[in-house]
Amino acid sequence: MHQQLIVFLKSLIGSCKDLLPIILVIAFFQFVVLQQPLPNLGDIFVGLVLVVLGLTFFIYGLEMGLFPIGESMAQSFARKGSIWWLLTFAFCLGFGTTVAEPSLIAVAKEAANVAANGGIIELSDVAQAEYANGLRFTVAFSVGLAIVVGVLRIIRGWPIHYLIIGGYVMVVIMTAFAPKWIIGIAYDSGGVTTSTITVPLVTALGVGLASAIKGRNPMIDGFGLIAFASLTPMVFVMAYGMAIGG
Amino acid sequence: MELLYEFLNTLKATIVDVIPILSIILVFQLLVIRKPIPKVKQVGFGFLYVLIGLALFLLGLEKALFPLGKMMAEQLTDPSFIYAGQELNASTSWLDYTWVYVFAAAIGFSTTIAEPSLIAVAIKAEEVSGGGIKANSLRISVAIGVSIGIALGSYRIVAGHPIHYYIITGYIIVVIQTMFCPKMIIPLAYDSGGVTTSTVTVPLVAALGLGLASTIPGRSPLIDGFGLIAFASLCPIIAVMAYAQLTQINTQEKQQKKK
Repeated sequence: MHQQLIVFLKSLIGSCKDLLPIILVIAFFQFVVLQQPLPNLGDIFVGLVLVVLGLTFFIYGLEMGLFPIGESMAQSFARKGSIWWLLTFAFCLGFGTTVAEPSLIAVAKEAANVAANGGIIELSDVAQAEYANGLRFTVAFSVGLAIVVGVLRIIRGWPIHYLIIGGYVMVVIMTAFAPKWIIGIAYDSGGVTTSTITVPLVTALGVGLASAIKGRNPMIDGFGLIAFASLTPMVFVMAYGMAIGG
Repeated sequence: MELLYEFLNTLKATIVDVIPILSIILVFQLLVIRKPIPKVKQVGFGFLYVLIGLALFLLGLEKALFPLGKMMAEQLTDPSFIYAGQELNASTSWLDYTWVYVFAAAIGFSTTIAEPSLIAVAIKAEEVSGGGIKANSLRISVAIGVSIGIALGSYRIVAGHPIHYYIITGYIIVVIQTMFCPKMIIPLAYDSGGVTTSTVTVPLVAALGLGLASTIPGRSPLIDGFGLIAFASLCPIIAVMAYAQLTQINTQEKQQKKK
């Protein structure tokens, strides 16, 4: 019990250090540049304590739960030897975790709002909801596909840079044809898809697979799943923009 | 008491987010793999800690950092701050926005250091590389990448250049670096582009971009407001590969000196 407490305190201090830069930046800009006092000091203090506690618990649970389950599932699938089930799992994981992702929902809503005001779609709630949902499902589908391609790469041992550079070429070509207003949103959607719970799970899955399959190096083959998940949404969202017209 | 109520609400929202992931895992574990989960008790508690941790983290951000950060982004991009002491409608130079770039770089660096998913990947990378890659060095290189990216992205909004010139140039740099960089780091570098921008960074950076685009005359939030996140996910790739290249050059020089 005593030892556990020491471990907990140590990671608590670690979380404080992680947070220190933000506090310094905000303090500097508030006092020196904007020259204003901090509003609701009590709220801010309580909030910071919560953030530190939350980060500590999260990292604790990460190593206890998320990493082990990701790796054990990867190993079970590798031992079972059924590529189809593994790929189905990969797709579901990518699609399922993205479609409900709060930051994606927020960005889709914002994008719909801006598109309606810009006269791209009708200025009505129905049209906006439709547009936002279309965007969400497009991104979720593309992330599912990305994880499938990424897992296939680990199994086959393809070098990652050919695939990623191929993806870049596709993005560049699509950019030339896609309507202008979708480009910023498309480029952004690559970054918002990967949530805090998905990233550790997917990373553990990749590393677990690469260590379970003979001839694969976890460092070279295990990472890279997230790279695919941030690339495909750009291509698909631009395709979505072209389909909607503009 | 109110805090507890808010915490339970955030916890509920976090659980709702996790339900799809949890059900996919359970369905595949029970119906396809058909084996009990190893160390099920530990994993269960791990999930519980992750949920509680994430809920506390989000609630704390909502209470302390987001309102403040967003307010600052708005104030710094507000015309009355930027054009203070100047005639309005005077021809604006990109130099008027110096504080915006500094803020963009600083907030990009500091939020990336606190980004939980980057911490997760960094821990894993240190573990897999057997300590060859230090978690903290990786996080700092990514954070430097994000800060340069967001500052550059803000400059782009101010200057009004089309985004794809920048992104395509970035891609070309990535491709060239890929040819010369140590093989081991490439997948990790590509990954670090995607993990940087999640819980902490996205809301603050989005507020900065939209604020900037609506302040500057002639910019439309639709075309110019988005795109900061794209910079924040491209530049870390370059930064991480540069870090690996510098380390490599450094060790080579040391070895040569020994000879």
